[in-house]
Amino acid sequence: MNELGFPIISLVTFFPIFGVLILMFIDKDAKDTIRGTAMAFAMIEFFISLPLLFSFQNGTAAMQFVERYTWVKSAGLSYFVGLDGISIWIIILTTFLTPLCVLCSWTYIQNRVKEFMICLLLLETAMLGALVSLDLILFYVFWELMLIPMYFLIGVWGGDNKIYAAVKFFLYTAAGSVFMLLSIFFLYYLNHKTTGVYTFDLLELYKLNIPVATQFWLCLAFFISFAIKVPMFPLHTWLPDAHVQAPTAGSVILAGVLLKMGTYGFMRFAIPLFPYASHQFTPVIAVLAVIGIIYGALVALVQPDMKKLVAYSSVSHLGYVMLGIFAFNMQGVQGGLYQMLNHGISTGALFLIVGMLYERRHTRMIKDFGGIAKVMPIYATFFMIATLSSVAVPGTNGFVGEFMILVGAFRTYPVLAVFATSGAILGALYMLWMYQRVMFQPLDKEENKVLKDLNAREILTLLPLAILVFVMGFFPGYFLRKMDASCDHFLKTYKQQVAMYEQGLEESGAARLAAVMKDGRLESTMAD
Amino acid sequence: MLEFVVPALNLKAILPQLLLALTALTVLLVDVFAGKEGKTSLGALSLIGVVAALIALILTRGSHESAYAGMLMADGFGFFITLIVCCVAFLSILASMNYERICPEIRAGEYYCLLLFAAFGMSFMGNAGNLIMIFVALETMSISIYVLAGFKRDNLKSIESALKYFLLGAFASGFLLFGFALVYGASGTLDIVKLGSFFTAHPDTLHHPMVLGGIALMTVGFGFKIAMFPFHMWTPDVYEGAPTVVTGFMATGVKAAAFAALIRVFFVGFGPLQADWTAIMWVAALLTMTIGNIVAISQTNIKRMLAYSSIAHAGYLLIAFVVGTDLARSGILFYLLAYAFANIGAFSVVSAMGKKGEEYSELSDFAGVGFKYPFLGLMMTVFLFSMAGIPPAAGFMGKFFIFSEAIKSGYIWLAIFGVINSVISLYYYLGVIVRMYFQEPEREINIVAPAGTMIAALSIAAFAVLQMGIFPSYIWDLARESVKMIM
Repeated sequence: MNELGFPIISLVTFFPIFGVLILMFIDKDAKDTIRGTAMAFAMIEFFISLPLLFSFQNGTAAMQFVERYTWVKSAGLSYFVGLDGISIWIIILTTFLTPLCVLCSWTYIQNRVKEFMICLLLLETAMLGALVSLDLILFYVFWELMLIPMYFLIGVWGGDNKIYAAVKFFLYTAAGSVFMLLSIFFLYYLNHKTTGVYTFDLLELYKLNIPVATQFWLCLAFFISFAIKVPMFPLHTWLPDAHVQAPTAGSVILAGVLLKMGTYGFMRFAIPLFPYASHQFTPVIAVLAVIGIIYGALVALVQPDMKKLVAYSSVSHLGYVMLGIFAFNMQGVQGGLYQMLNHGISTGALFLIVGMLYERRHTRMIKDFGGIAKVMPIYATFFMIATLSSVAVPGTNGFVGEFMILVGAFRTYPVLAVFATSGAILGALYMLWMYQRVMFQPLDKEENKVLKDLNAREILTLLPLAILVFVMGFFPGYFLRKMDASCDHFLKTYKQQVAMYEQGLEESGAARLAAVMKDGRLESTMAD
Repeated sequence: MLEFVVPALNLKAILPQLLLALTALTVLLVDVFAGKEGKTSLGALSLIGVVAALIALILTRGSHESAYAGMLMADGFGFFITLIVCCVAFLSILASMNYERICPEIRAGEYYCLLLFAAFGMSFMGNAGNLIMIFVALETMSISIYVLAGFKRDNLKSIESALKYFLLGAFASGFLLFGFALVYGASGTLDIVKLGSFFTAHPDTLHHPMVLGGIALMTVGFGFKIAMFPFHMWTPDVYEGAPTVVTGFMATGVKAAAFAALIRVFFVGFGPLQADWTAIMWVAALLTMTIGNIVAISQTNIKRMLAYSSIAHAGYLLIAFVVGTDLARSGILFYLLAYAFANIGAFSVVSAMGKKGEEYSELSDFAGVGFKYPFLGLMMTVFLFSMAGIPPAAGFMGKFFIFSEAIKSGYIWLAIFGVINSVISLYYYLGVIVRMYFQEPEREINIVAPAGTMIAALSIAAFAVLQMGIFPSYIWDLARESVKMIM
C-alpha cells in the first residue's frame, strides 16, 4: 500500500469529519464544550499529520504514501491519493493553521458556535482532500466541496455586506471551475482515444501527448479556474470582498490555504498536463503577475481599512508566487513554493492581528487608531514581527521566498524582475506606513487608551506563527530540502516536454512543407 | 383479415404494477367500508403496497421478456423506470402523511388511490412495448394527476392548476395520439420493436411526410409531459397551484415516465431516423435549459422557482438524449433517479413549511429557516446542492455522466452550454440558501413540527442523494445494465 503500511493520508484527510460527527451531537448551548472539542480535534489532526512530514523521503520525486482504490470502475474513477514535495508543506500548513483558527474564534464567534466549528472542520477535510487527490475528478469533488463551508463562513458570520461577498465568492470560483471540469472530460476522452483506457488518473494523464491546438483550449480552462482562485489580476475582485466580510478565521484560512490551491493547481495540474500551452502562456502570466504585484501594492497603499489593506497585499504576494513559478527555474519555483508558505504564515498572522484589534474596538479603520503600541506592547511586538515578515526583511521567512523568486525571475525576465522589485519597495511602504499610523503617533483617542493587551489565549495563537517566521527565515534549508526533488522533477519534465513538442512542431512543419512541395496543396496535419 | 390472438397470461411480468393497482383498489375499498379509524391508516396501507411492489420488482429483476403479445416489455429498462417510480411514490406517500396535517383536504381515500394509480400508469409507460400501450398508460397516469393537482378544492390556484393541466394535457395527448395514427398509417404497425425493423427494412419510407409528421406530433406530446421548450408554459402555474407533495410527485414521476417512453419510441422505434431528430433536439435542449434557468432567477415563489428549475433539468436530460449513446442513456436513468430524490426532497421540505390551512411557499418565507428549523434547513441545503450539481451530492454525478459522455461523443458546445447553465442555476439555488442561513426572518413563521414520516422521507432522500453522489458505482452499473437490456 504505502511506506507506513497504513492509510495515513485518508486518516489525515477524513479525521476532521469525525470531529464534525461528534460536534453534531453536542448541545448547541454548551459553547465551551464545542470549542474545546473542535480544538481537540484540530490539534490531534495536526499531530497525526506530522508523521507525513517525518517519514517523508527527501530524495525522490515520486508520490508518497499512495493509496488507490477503485471508485467507479466503469467510468475510470478511482480514489487515488498521495503527496510529494510540492504538496507536503501546504498540507502541514493546513493542519497547522486550523487549530489557530479555532483558537482565534474562541471569543470572536459568539453566535452559532457549533455550526461555525463544523464548517471549519469540514473545510479542513475539503482542503486536505484537494491537496492529496491524484485523480482529477476526486480533486474536482474536493475543490468544489471547499466552496460550501467557506460560503457559509462568510455568509453567516461575516460583516455587513456578507451576502454579496459570499455569493460573489461562490459564483466566481464555481464559474471558473466548471470549464476546468469540461477540460478534464476532454482529457479523459483524449486519453481513451490514444491509449484505449478510461481513466482520470493524473499520473497517467501526464503522459498524454496532446495536439497543440487542443492543448491551448484545455489549458486555458484550467488556467482561468486556477487564476481566479489565486487570484491573479484582473480576476481578483472577489478577494477583497470575501476577505473583508469574512470572520477572522475565515480570512486566515482563505489567505493561508485556499489561495494556495490556485498556485498549487498550476504546479500540480495545469503546467504538467499542458506543458506546451503553459509555455505559450508564460509571457502573459508573467506580465499579469507583475501587474498584480504592483497593482496590489498600490491599491493596498491607499486603503483606509486595515483588513482590506492586508487583502490587497495578498494580491501582491500571490503575484510573486506566480512570477516565481513561471520563471521556470529552480530558484523561481522553489521560491514560489516557499512564498506560498510564507504568505500563509505572515498574512495569516496579520489577519489574526487585525481581528484581535477589531474584536476590541469594532473598527478596522486606520484613522481610528494611533499610539496603540503604548497600551498594547505585546501586541505591538507580534504585529511588528508579522509586518517584517510580510515586508521580507532579512532574517524572516519572507526574505527567503521573495529573494529566491526575484533571483529566479531575473534569470528569465530581467525587465519584469525590475518592476517586481519595485513591488517589494511598495510593500515595505504600505506595511510600515500602516504600522506607523496604527501603532505609533500620539495616542489621542479616548477609546484606545483603555485597550487591553493580548491575553494568554491570543498570545498562544500568535506565538507559533511568530516562531515560524524566524525558523523559516534562518533555516530555510530544512524546508527546501523536502521540495528539492519534486521541484527538480517538475522542471525537468516541463523542459523535456516543451522541447519534445517544439521538435514535433518543427517536424510536422517540415513535413507539411514537403507535402506542399510535393502535391502543391496544404494538408492540415496540425489541427489533429 | 386481422388475426386475433388471446395473449398468454403472464403475471410475473406485471407483478409490481399489479401490486400497485391492487393496493389502490384496496385503499378505495377500505375508504368506503372502514370507519374513521380506518381512514387514518390509508397512508400506511399505500406505503405497504409500494414496498411490496418494490420487493416484487427486485425479485423479478433480470427478467427479459416481452409479454402480452409485445404490449409489455419486462426488460431492464422498464425495471429501472419502475424502480424510480416506486421510490418516488414511496417518498411522496411518506411526505403526504405529514402533509395531511397542513392540507386536510388530502386526507381521503381517493388521494392515495389516485397517487397509486398514477404510479401504476408511470410504471407501465416505462414498460410499454406498443404505442397504444404507451397511450393508455399515459392517460392512466395523467388523469390521476389532473385530479390530484386540483385536490385543494377550495383553493382557486389549485383549481386553476388542475384545469390548465387538464386542458393543455388533453391537447398534448391528442397530438400524441394523432402522431401514433400517422406512424401507423405509414408503417402498418404500432409495435415499437416492429417499427424499428420496418424502418430498417424500408429505408425509403423514412422520410415519408406521414412518418415525419407523426414524429413531429409525438415530439409535441412527449415534450409537453417532460416540460420541454416550447411546451413548458404550463409547468410553473400547475406546479404552483397543486398541493405541494403532488407537485413533487409529478415533477419527478411524470418526467421519468415520459422520458422512458420517449427513449423507447425514439431509439427503438425511430432509431434509423436518429440523425433527423437529433438536430431538433439539440436546439430544444439548449433552449429548454437556458430558458428554465434564466426565468427561475426572477421567481419569488419557491414552487415556481423549482418548476423552472425542473424545466432546466429536462434540458440537461435532453443533452444526454441528443448524445444518444448507451452510456448517455444510462446517464439519463441515473440523472432521473438522482433528480427524483433531490426534487421530491425539496418539495417535501416546502410542503412541511406550513401550518394547518396555510402554506409558506414564498421565497421570503424561507428567511432564517436554516437556524430556526435546523433539520429542514440542512435537508433543503443538501437537495439544492444536489440539483445545482455541487459535489458530493448525486446531482454532480448525474451531470458528470451526462457531460462527460457529451464531450466523448463530440457534443462539445452542448456540454459548454450545459455547464454555463449550471452556473446560472447556482445563482438561484444559492439564493434559497442565502435566505435560509444568511438573512433574518421577515415575519414570524410557525410551522407544524414535521412528523416522523416526514423526517423519515427527508432522511431517506438525503441519504440516497449523498449515497449516489459519493458511491455512485452500484446505481451507475445498474443503469448501464438496464440500458443494455432494452428490448
